[in-house]
Amino acid sequence: MRECYGKTLVELGKENPDIVVLDADLSRSTMTQLFAGEFPNRFFDCGIAEQNMVGIAAGLAASGKIPFASTFAVFAPGRCFDQIRMSIAQPGLNVKLVTTHGGITVGEDGTSHHSIEDLSLICSFPGFTVIVPADAIETAQAIRVAATSYGPFYIRLCRPKVPLVYNQDYRFNLGKAITMRQGKDATIIAIGLMVKAALEAADNLKREGIDCRLLNISTLKPIDEAAIIRAAAETGAIVTAEEHLEHGGLGSIIAQVVARHYPVPIEFVAIKDTYAKSGKPAELLQRYGLTAKDIEQAVRSVTKRKGG
Amino acid sequence: MPLGEDRSPLSTTSVYNVKAEVFSSLSIKKMEEIAKRLRRHIITMTGKASSGHPGGSLSAVEIVTVLYFRLLRHKPSDPQWSDRDRFILSKGHAAPLLYAALAECGYFPVDELSTLRQLDSRLQGHTDRTVTPGVEMSAGALGQGLSFAIGIALAGRLNSQNCRAYVLLGDGECDEGQIWEGAMAAAHFKVDNLTAIVDNNRQQIDGWNRDVMNLDPFNEKWQAFGWHVIEVDGHDFTQLIDAFNQAKLVKGQPTIIIAHTIKGKGVSFMENNPDFHGKAPNAEEVEIALKELA
Repeated sequence: MRECYGKTLVELGKENPDIVVLDADLSRSTMTQLFAGEFPNRFFDCGIAEQNMVGIAAGLAASGKIPFASTFAVFAPGRCFDQIRMSIAQPGLNVKLVTTHGGITVGEDGTSHHSIEDLSLICSFPGFTVIVPADAIETAQAIRVAATSYGPFYIRLCRPKVPLVYNQDYRFNLGKAITMRQGKDATIIAIGLMVKAALEAADNLKREGIDCRLLNISTLKPIDEAAIIRAAAETGAIVTAEEHLEHGGLGSIIAQVVARHYPVPIEFVAIKDTYAKSGKPAELLQRYGLTAKDIEQAVRSVTKRKGG
Repeated sequence: MPLGEDRSPLSTTSVYNVKAEVFSSLSIKKMEEIAKRLRRHIITMTGKASSGHPGGSLSAVEIVTVLYFRLLRHKPSDPQWSDRDRFILSKGHAAPLLYAALAECGYFPVDELSTLRQLDSRLQGHTDRTVTPGVEMSAGALGQGLSFAIGIALAGRLNSQNCRAYVLLGDGECDEGQIWEGAMAAAHFKVDNLTAIVDNNRQQIDGWNRDVMNLDPFNEKWQAFGWHVIEVDGHDFTQLIDAFNQAKLVKGQPTIIIAHTIKGKGVSFMENNPDFHGKAPNAEEVEIALKELA
């Protein structure tokens, strides 16, 4: 995903001279270094100073540039929340924050580098568009849409290489959930690398006779309420799956929509109010309950609660 | 009163020809008159609102007068003019001062100043770029304006424009770490189309800077961060004008003007009184102040 981000930025940079890129000393990881190599005078490494980076991005945007600013997800918005709030969100400036290393699959670096709150924080800003792509193909398209849509964007990528869940025919549709499997017994709503796990879970459950709908809701904000309400109405039970705390992310957002419009039982596959620690990405996903098996377990559990 | 479709002000109660691009013709005497007028506006509008920040607005009056009425290339009839010089009020609580200057320039009617801080007003408690013509940045959360100004200056350079970015910082504001992140970056990126000014009135809410969080040696800090430093009496028009002109000639590094000022300048009971950082004058105090500023 990160490599794809870097390459897409270079393409965009060739197409539009107003694209500028900023980083906070992580360009070898976020892959903004690819843009830096091609367009050194349009690239600003701000060093380990995320607050300043956000402010400079805002000033560039106020002057008509299209800034893409990157760092690890744990540092933006975490480290520069007020700066994003007052310099970007409140004035609705055209800044694209693209963070990498979301979730706990950052792995061995441990808690300080894991990002399990970023979606909760960033979705709290009015006017922000928040996208969590599921694979490299979706990433490339989301980045392009961000570049050509006016307003603040947050796009969260992960550290590991993830298998593709889409092919070249896929068309990313901003603000719309994608139905990846039809079904009538329950709906799994997943984002990011949990989409792959959700696909696996849905296939396994089908063999058991549980027919799951699967939605990839890659645009977390503005959320596709219609698709969620339809899912609640037509399947009667929902499981959400995210590489994030239970608090404030995908699960919370879905729960609000459902509670308001069409209450049904929901289960949340997410990190339960704790910090993850160092470990291999696959080990951490297992330890903290973010695998296909966890999704299957949640579906069995939530379908039992149906039809009260 | 709304702006016209072309964003030109609908009132003509401003001091001079609003179509001029560069207001460079004003004499020192004329600027002194304007400064007094701005001070009166600050007192009246915060008094009317019973809310606002008179102290730090009054200390920066001469600085803002020189900028808006002498130095900046700007067009009140076209606040979005792409070649304009940009002024960022990083110490966003001095909004009353900025609003007074913008109104006198003709960005919006002078009588709109009485709507400060009211519900649905275009004049928000701290600057809001989404509602007020002529305001470049939504400030108020201190420490953010220098970074913003650097972004503007860098864009100007990328666009090969001749315009300049100016940013007014508070001295207490320099407690914020982000200011020093910006200071490092401005020097690193050699942002020489940026002039910063510090309203060095030496006070913050909890008292004198030296007692709350000592900033000294202040000039030396900016020099150490790679800035060209000019010190002036922040209430002396000639010194300010000379400093701003000198800053324009400095190449390869940003310039900061450390303006020594008096918090609450012009109103006897507000001068050097941190109580009036964020406290508006009551009706009686307004009357006394306006007599002093007559």
